[in-house]
Amino acid sequence: MKSLAELEEIRNRMKSQVVLREDSDAIRIVVGMATCGIAAGARPVLQSFVEAVNEEGLTEKARVSQTGCIGICQYEPVAEVYEAGKEKVTYVKLTPEKAKRIVEEHIKGGKVVAEYTIANS
Amino acid sequence: MKELSLNILDVAKNSVTANASLIKILINETEETLEIKIIDDGCGMDEETVMHVVDPFYTTRTTRSVGLGIPLFKLEAEQTGGSLTVESRSIKEDLENHGTEITALFYKNHIDFIELGDIVSTVTTLISGSPEIDFLFEHKTVNGLVSLDTSQIREVLGADVPLDSPEIILWMTDSLKEEYERIDF
Repeated sequence: MKSLAELEEIRNRMKSQVVLREDSDAIRIVVGMATCGIAAGARPVLQSFVEAVNEEGLTEKARVSQTGCIGICQYEPVAEVYEAGKEKVTYVKLTPEKAKRIVEEHIKGGKVVAEYTIANS
Repeated sequence: MKELSLNILDVAKNSVTANASLIKILINETEETLEIKIIDDGCGMDEETVMHVVDPFYTTRTTRSVGLGIPLFKLEAEQTGGSLTVESRSIKEDLENHGTEITALFYKNHIDFIELGDIVSTVTTLISGSPEIDFLFEHKTVNGLVSLDTSQIREVLGADVPLDSPEIILWMTDSLKEEYERIDF
């Protein structure tokens, strides 16, 4: 493995941020990662969400997680966005590029990317 | 699946569902063969379930615990002339020593062999999806060994920093990539 000393450095740097992270669940992006999702390309989509949330500095606000099959396999890769007080948004037939745009416009900007939602497919 | 690493991601998720505390992903590669083992200490399966787990048309239906993941993986192994075996001991059978071991053997020179693909993403996706579980990843090739052990990482991080923090996932990704470069994979 890579030098564990470097890992220790990251830990020390992060310990100071831990308190802030406690309520980082304001928005949850949940990606379907069952057989159907994975076969349709969910792994790079999930990665793209994680990277974009990181790059946009939204780790305190949004959390990316994984779930199983939600029953709409023909629309995979699928991601659902949960935000307190708002209706769930279901994005379908995703690609890494679409995921990036969702983070920029919806998670950061607060505007649902309507053309990628299940209602419009 | 387009890559065997996607099958590994899919099948290893069964171990997560089986409440494993440690999941081992061991890949052993020779010039001609590629063997993938996924070993967990989860709740295991009884004999009847194991017998039927590779049959896509078998389902217990009451729990929907068996899907297409393993049949697909088996097909991909067999189409190269290889095989897939499932060994399991149910927690009902043995309270101490239970779990499942899946072994898939592939012949790399066969025309229907599917590449391993982005195994680094599979490993980090598994860890970020289940940060409370320990993963041991080992990939032996003719050039050397690449490995990652989350119990070691956990020891360094202590209880305060979760394994699924973006910074830690990124560190694991870089660490694995560097090791693959080192053995010139």
